[in-house]
Amino acid sequence: MTDYDAIVIGAGHNGLICASYLARAKHTVLVIDARLVPGGCASTREFAENYRVSDCAQWLSQLDKTVVSDLQLSGAGLVLSDPKSTISLQSDASHVTFDGDTVIGATIDNEDVTDYRSFRSQMRRFAKVLATLYNGRPPKLVERNWTDRITLLKLGLGLKMLGKSHMQDLMRLALINIYDVMNEYFKHPALKSAIALDAITGSTMGPRSPNTVFSYLHKATGEFLSESGTRQVIGGMGALGSALASSAEAAGVEIKLGCKVKAIKKTGHAVSGVELIDGTLLSSKIVVSSADPTTTFKSMLGYAQMEAGMAKRAELYRNRCGTAKLHIALKALPTFTGLNHAQLSQRLIIAPPMDDMETALNPMKYSEISDQHLFDISIPSIDDPSLSPEGHHVLSALVHYVPFSPNVGWDEARQSLTDQLINEISAYAPDLKSLVVASELVTPADFERTHHVTGGNWHHGELSIDQALMMRPFPGSTQYKTAVEGLYLCGAGAHPGGGLLGLPGRNAAKEIIKGGALA
Amino acid sequence: MNQYDAIVIGAGHNGLTNGAYLAKAGLRVAVLERNPYIGGATVSRELHKGWYYSNCSYVSSLLRPEITRDLELPRHGLQVVPFGGGATFMRNGDHFGTYADHDRHYREIARHSKRDANAYDRYAADTSLQTKLIRPYLMRMPPDPTSLKPRDLRDLMEFAQSFMSLGEEKLLDTIKFWTASVGDYLNEYFETDVIKAHMAGSGIIGTALGVYSPGTAYVLLHHYMGDVDGNVGAWGFARGGMGAIASALSKAFQSFGGDIICDANVDEIIVRNGRAVGVALKDGTEYRAPIVVSNLDPKRTFLDITNPRDLPASVVKKAQNFKIRGSSGKLNIALDGLPVFHGLDPRNRIMAGDLHFSDSLERQERAYDDWKAGTWSKDPYLDMMIPSLTDPTMAPPGKHMMSVFVQYAPPKVEGREWTDEDKDGFEKSVIDQISNYSPNFKDLILHCETRTPREIEAEVGLTEGNIFMGELTFDQLLFNRPFPGYAQYRSPIKGMYMCSSGTHPGGGVMAAPGANAAREILRDLKRPNTVPGGYADD
Amino acid sequence: MSSPTRDTMLLKTPFHSRVEAACALNDWGNWMGYTTPNAYFDVELEYFAIRSTTGVFDLSPMNKYQISGPDAETYLNRLVTRDITKIGINRVGYAIWCNDAGQVLDDGTIFRFSDNEFRLCSYQRADDWLAWNSLGFDVTVENVSTDIAGLAVQGPTSCTILTLLGCENLNQLKPFGMAHYEFEGRPLMVSRTGFTGDLGYEVWVPPESAEALWDQLFELGRDYLIKPFGSHALELARIEAGFLQANTDFMPAEEVVRVGRTRNPFELGLGWLVDFNKPLFNGRAALATVQEKGSKYRFVLLDVDGNKPAEHSFIMKNGKVVGTVTSAAWCPTAKANLAYAQLEMPHGVVGDKLIAEIYYQRELHWTQLYAPCKVIEAPIFKPARRWQTPAPPH
Repeated sequence: MTDYDAIVIGAGHNGLICASYLARAKHTVLVIDARLVPGGCASTREFAENYRVSDCAQWLSQLDKTVVSDLQLSGAGLVLSDPKSTISLQSDASHVTFDGDTVIGATIDNEDVTDYRSFRSQMRRFAKVLATLYNGRPPKLVERNWTDRITLLKLGLGLKMLGKSHMQDLMRLALINIYDVMNEYFKHPALKSAIALDAITGSTMGPRSPNTVFSYLHKATGEFLSESGTRQVIGGMGALGSALASSAEAAGVEIKLGCKVKAIKKTGHAVSGVELIDGTLLSSKIVVSSADPTTTFKSMLGYAQMEAGMAKRAELYRNRCGTAKLHIALKALPTFTGLNHAQLSQRLIIAPPMDDMETALNPMKYSEISDQHLFDISIPSIDDPSLSPEGHHVLSALVHYVPFSPNVGWDEARQSLTDQLINEISAYAPDLKSLVVASELVTPADFERTHHVTGGNWHHGELSIDQALMMRPFPGSTQYKTAVEGLYLCGAGAHPGGGLLGLPGRNAAKEIIKGGALA
Repeated sequence: MNQYDAIVIGAGHNGLTNGAYLAKAGLRVAVLERNPYIGGATVSRELHKGWYYSNCSYVSSLLRPEITRDLELPRHGLQVVPFGGGATFMRNGDHFGTYADHDRHYREIARHSKRDANAYDRYAADTSLQTKLIRPYLMRMPPDPTSLKPRDLRDLMEFAQSFMSLGEEKLLDTIKFWTASVGDYLNEYFETDVIKAHMAGSGIIGTALGVYSPGTAYVLLHHYMGDVDGNVGAWGFARGGMGAIASALSKAFQSFGGDIICDANVDEIIVRNGRAVGVALKDGTEYRAPIVVSNLDPKRTFLDITNPRDLPASVVKKAQNFKIRGSSGKLNIALDGLPVFHGLDPRNRIMAGDLHFSDSLERQERAYDDWKAGTWSKDPYLDMMIPSLTDPTMAPPGKHMMSVFVQYAPPKVEGREWTDEDKDGFEKSVIDQISNYSPNFKDLILHCETRTPREIEAEVGLTEGNIFMGELTFDQLLFNRPFPGYAQYRSPIKGMYMCSSGTHPGGGVMAAPGANAAREILRDLKRPNTVPGGYADD
Repeated sequence: MSSPTRDTMLLKTPFHSRVEAACALNDWGNWMGYTTPNAYFDVELEYFAIRSTTGVFDLSPMNKYQISGPDAETYLNRLVTRDITKIGINRVGYAIWCNDAGQVLDDGTIFRFSDNEFRLCSYQRADDWLAWNSLGFDVTVENVSTDIAGLAVQGPTSCTILTLLGCENLNQLKPFGMAHYEFEGRPLMVSRTGFTGDLGYEVWVPPESAEALWDQLFELGRDYLIKPFGSHALELARIEAGFLQANTDFMPAEEVVRVGRTRNPFELGLGWLVDFNKPLFNGRAALATVQEKGSKYRFVLLDVDGNKPAEHSFIMKNGKVVGTVTSAAWCPTAKANLAYAQLEMPHGVVGDKLIAEIYYQRELHWTQLYAPCKVIEAPIFKPARRWQTPAPPH
């Protein structure tokens, strides 16, 4: 008799979602997390006294709508802002606003407006096809069984339904770079770079890198499946974590926080439970890890506990990431040139022309600090005053491209980079610097330490084609089932990957239930 | 008499091959060439008295043996001599050499890393597997996955089955190979910088991508696809320079009764009632034929010599969106003697091979950063050869001819056209790099021809000077080359065809596009096929 | 920095000066990049030295890896299919290793020096695979191939000769045992192992001792009719003795390009080396499936009628090709015409009668021969002296 049917490692959104589905199927489930709060990268943190921010994930735009309804998250206290538009800040204040399928800006001509609409509908068409793959386990291509055959058939049908010309377009676009596609579609540089920013977020790629259309499509598919638009979570991202945790607990899931898993244990040739850092042994029929594959296989299970070919694949799994986060506590709302108050609460981005984005990337490749960065800014305290003292505000920005460990070391680079980043934003908000009460730079290395994600990679592993879909995380451990008996993956390192989709957690639970390991 | 059965535009190797197979089938064929000499980019010219420069393409491996044999090119004077080996010179004064002999190659890698030396065998096996997968499709028309025609469906099934037979893991590894960056791919095998850098070169040559750009592992594969006398992946020199290939092809073509017309600069393909009926030259001359085959790259074919009113707007757009990126330049140098290089005995045979100076992936990536910024690489990746060590016809006895392929050079410098000063700066960065490793090099230079993308485009007519007539990225390979829906050598205009390296299977002096296109033309004409199929590759 | 032009194409083993002097036929081959003799004076006589007196073979090109550290035992146990914990200190074990798909990479011997110190001796190079295998283990793997010179001293009088050399009580050493001695102030290790199927030993010394070892062995062994032997004689002996060879009888899985050319242990008749009761090892899951579902091939020993070796022959049953020969030889002691063949299942159970299609040439005249053959139990040559302890003196 085991202590639990399933132990889920990690109380991040995917871990909690997976646990909830398993518990709803009448299994006893324990979720363990090293952090003191649930949510993983969906977390809120007080980074300076009385100033709170979403310290990792920033926007909710891809959370699958079936997950939201299945787990009754609204009932569990999840409150969202209205959908945000995206405003691309321009140095001459001729800002460009994206709202759904429309783009508005003084310098945007009608042709670009029309082209933007047709671009969006084309991407939606492709996203619909990809959604066939995202909604379940990724099919095996050779050893396929009926489930996989049906998925492949649906995919084939979806492709045919696109019609010849769209299908040809997809064949051509799927593997290329966003740079070329933008130049083919649009004229206005701000339009191009705003879309390119979505294609490179959370990666180490520049707009010119092949594969960036795929990463854009990944995001588009999430948004297609979510239908939520880009929203802010009231109370910070941590509120999503709490909502997921209460939903899980309501379904009967037991959650242990502040408990670090020391090792995934095997009895004989199958995984039989986990050992906590304090030496406690907990047994279960299966262990489901929502930790990233490197943490799961290298640190928790240990390479010695798997066959060498698998250890090699795990070791070669790539986790590089160039995304950092900047938090600023402000004693008043800053003024952004050319933006009114209502616009300040929207998603503000600073994305220089694509060639400059590419230049901004170069130093990171050699562990150097760039002169110029890309920003995805939120001032969440406008919609959610609870985050800061009255009249004060917090500003958070996703920043690209920041190296994992700069050659000069973070001790030397941290303060100067923080100042530099604040300066870069100040170019658009002249009074910003004078309002700063406190600031904090969270580097990819910090994310690795605080959120236990290897390489600080938000996607739990780079989302390049060779680590995506039926290859995620690596051949032999796909379809949420690893090559080690009794060990499953349900995190963003499993198909379809990261971005607060919730799909890895949901799909994994469905596979586990169907596979009969808990029967 | 200006009436023919078929007209081929461009006397490069693909145009000549195409013409040869059409003529062999009994058609009256004319190949029209803009320049006063034939060959296109497959050319050797005496630009300095006594020295012959293969001033565009410079080595041969991919030329399909089926064609060489079928068109009896050896009888028409073609001799391809393998050079075997090469080296990358390192900044620390050492070098990494490659040898055709397995044991010696092992020992050289082991000198840098025993583990890498052992891993090389695994690497060789894995890349062979990939070339074996793709080689059977070189001498075939790619199937159209959007088509429901029996022929396409049958070919697609066959294609799918050959991949399925690999089994799940090997199939996924294959997808990985086709989509990964050459840097990441090599990291899975090797630990030593210089070894990775040496091999990565093949992943970027002729390509506007860096060693860390996804898709470059496939470019590496493209360079491994050929062979010299069955030695897969081996490269060689055409004796007498690359022009010898064009010369042999032209003789084969003429032996079947074909006409080569030089100084014939095509202005436009004449289309009547939706059918190609001939071509008009810039000087007003017209040639008539019911079949017109363009050996120009897809951009020139559809945007320069075809009137847009004869084309569907979607095809014009596809041609505009076709990616041809100038990324390389070339120096051809006449030398008064043999240069010596730090750390390498000049008697070593690998001096006759491919020589390089980039000893780390980082240096190669930084070279690419310069290209992205719109300038030539300040520390370029060079693919340097001294063909006169193998071929005595290239330079006077005791003297040498050096061919230096340079990666990267942008099509425009910071958005503007190349100037002569730019060209000088480009030349200097290359010569300085070589001099850093060769103390006597500068003093030996008698003559240097420097070709930036500007010169290559102006003279050879390769858009942006791109050697492959279109990037070898997945969106432009197989059934996507040059663009989806038009990958079967046929154009939207009846009677008009494509046969350049911009079509499947792409560039590298394979002659396969020319041959494959001829097969399709003869099929449309309901004539017996004269084009050989690929050799079975087991 | 060495100038590579000064490299000779093939390397020389530490015994080379002596080997060269002894190689009357001047018939050389390439083994692992080393100059090695195919034959010294007469293949058949060399072979008979192994079987009736003592033959000496230069083993130095073998790949040797020193494996040490706290996890050395668990590391090796995950690497190979047999249970390493059952190999005692100063004992040697024959083992095979597979990839995750359960396909054989190579075979070799594992020498255990202490709890945490082993040496793996393999025919193929294994640096890369051994390094990947070390992930997650506290273990050091060092390629010591050039640090150790080795001679195989094989044959009925071998124990006597080595005892004269100073290996006291060597006759008490059991098969697959190791003993340590000193030779001219340097360590000398003897293991009762070999590739000939006869009574025999392998002697391992530092390269500096190599020439002296050779000289003294041949001096002391003269009266016991010691002779050197080359690769061709070894090939005869190993076929007779039932040993497989990588790249001849099977393809190392990591070097295979074509689909379906790799083999699992069961398909090579090495299922007895796979221990499902031991802890995790590479290929376990795949091999468990194979064991359940069965393999595609069977590796067998054939006794072929007549005296023409069935080299490269097709093996037929009822006019249909059911397999091919991998190694074949007329074995002079067993007086049998033997062939190893891989057959498609279900063919190849002991007693199966098949036909070997043999081509041979006499004075440029080729003859095609359909020789009946029979699957027999391997090996065919099993002299009692190989397993006797104390080892007989001659």
